[in-house]
Amino acid sequence: MKPSTSLNVKSSIAMLDSGEISSVELTNIFLERIQEHEPNIHSFITLTPDIARKMAKEADKRRAQLNKSQEEIPPLLGLPIAVKDVLCVEGVRATCGSKILENFTPPFNATAVQKLIDAGVVILGKTNTDEFAMGSSTENSAYGLTHNPWDVERVPGGSSGGSAAAVAAGFAPAALGTDTGGSVRQPASFCGISGLKPTYGRISRYGLIAYGSSLDSVGVLAKSVEDVETLFRLMAGFDERDATSLNRQINRKICADNISIKGLRIGVPEEYFIEGIQPEVEEQVRMAIDAFADMGAEVVPVSLPHTEYALPVYYLIAPAEASANLARYDGVRFGLRSTNEDMLHMFTRSRGAGFGPEVKRRIMLGTYALSAGYYDAYYGQAQKVRTLIKRDFENAFENVDAVAAPVAPTTAFKIGGHGDDPLAMYLEDVFTLPANLAGIPGLAFPVGLDKSGLPVGMQLMGDQFNEATLFKLAHAYQQTTRWHLKHPEL
Amino acid sequence: MSLTLQEVEHIAFLARLELTEEEKKQYQQQLSDILDHVARLQQLDTTGISPTSGILSSRSVLRDDIPKEGLNVKKALENGPSIEADQFKVPPVLD
Repeated sequence: MKPSTSLNVKSSIAMLDSGEISSVELTNIFLERIQEHEPNIHSFITLTPDIARKMAKEADKRRAQLNKSQEEIPPLLGLPIAVKDVLCVEGVRATCGSKILENFTPPFNATAVQKLIDAGVVILGKTNTDEFAMGSSTENSAYGLTHNPWDVERVPGGSSGGSAAAVAAGFAPAALGTDTGGSVRQPASFCGISGLKPTYGRISRYGLIAYGSSLDSVGVLAKSVEDVETLFRLMAGFDERDATSLNRQINRKICADNISIKGLRIGVPEEYFIEGIQPEVEEQVRMAIDAFADMGAEVVPVSLPHTEYALPVYYLIAPAEASANLARYDGVRFGLRSTNEDMLHMFTRSRGAGFGPEVKRRIMLGTYALSAGYYDAYYGQAQKVRTLIKRDFENAFENVDAVAAPVAPTTAFKIGGHGDDPLAMYLEDVFTLPANLAGIPGLAFPVGLDKSGLPVGMQLMGDQFNEATLFKLAHAYQQTTRWHLKHPEL
Repeated sequence: MSLTLQEVEHIAFLARLELTEEEKKQYQQQLSDILDHVARLQQLDTTGISPTSGILSSRSVLRDDIPKEGLNVKKALENGPSIEADQFKVPPVLD
């Protein structure tokens, strides 16, 4: 039997379709791998082996029936995946990495999850995350931290660190994540896998427990861009339950053999190659850009002059939206209730006891930015500068098809490396925040290793709704390189 | 930009968060640092720039008001910390 680390979405589906393996067998391969190595990685908050085996059994039964009646087989029938614990799976507790939701069991599926279940997936469990997706290292989880499979003394990135570590460790061929400021792309980069943050509104947010509603995107983490595209295309589309989801045509399958990127224009923004960036990160990303030129893409400089303001804009807008979204945790309808003494104390104590330090910090920051007397100077000004950041990209995409940049200034850092300094942690997101503020897609994929053997990632950003160009470029890169095939030894 | 302890307490009250004395001091320092960092936005001249509150150009998302089946009462109450007579039970609002 193949080791789980060499199984990706494409090869797993091919084996299921050919009858070489059953879903029960495939699911057991991943469950055994999890059982052996999860204690050293801790990528899951809740494992659901019983549900997975039951779903796998049903998938096998369904396949046999459909084969018999010669009906079409759902595209992912019997494929095991992992789901970030901020997306609702009916009947499985959803904690968001928070004590306040320790006993919350959603009564419905998130639309993204439902669409994949309709496509036939088996759910292995719910992956670890920074509390309410607020963080860049998965150290802010109330359920313990996740270790990077490439070096267990380092973080996997965040906030979708559990999903990224699970895929890199061979616990699942693919996982769902969410990206509000880089939370799919940065952990994908730190763990040496591929990850997509789609255009805002591409995938329904229904059943995604909200953090920053104008920024939140459901994303995919997998071992190749081709696998990412497969899951993306199944989840994208309008959902009447999310008024911000969009009824726009989804690209036909792009990733194929012998794809040509001749004539595509890639812009390189100097604002993303700043002082303080780890030299090997810059070197490897520039080498990858050269590889694109060798494959026939035209590489040109572009300018995104307001890049340096993305960090302050994000850290006003996201906390402001979070402070409003998290007002729902009041101890009335769900979540922790600490006291029945009186209404005010029921609110303040439940929230004080249920939220962790980073969540409280962002609620405080957002409440301040929205409060009387400070609204215009902070939140209002941030919204205006957001317009300037969005325009930077609009101008750039008049001349180029994609923008190439590092995902993060460094490779995976040491656990506890940022101590108690929230600002130092926020700086980790400096290259990923702009895509969320502009609502554009970003695709991260591995382009090398640093001298400690840790993965280096680059991202391609595209114009709104132009995921297709990103798939084309990154898939062409993965057709001619082997970085995405590397995996850590556990 | 330096926040006073009273300001921290006021924000915590607005956000309905009970904080320990230690947390208040910590947030006083950390929030002041973060506000210093974001203050550089004020250097930018944004006269005449309209704010972006969302990414999508404004469009009507209204649909016909057709009733559909939602969550049933039992499911909707499942996660409630305190339930009585098919309702969420809370402490008295009025004395």
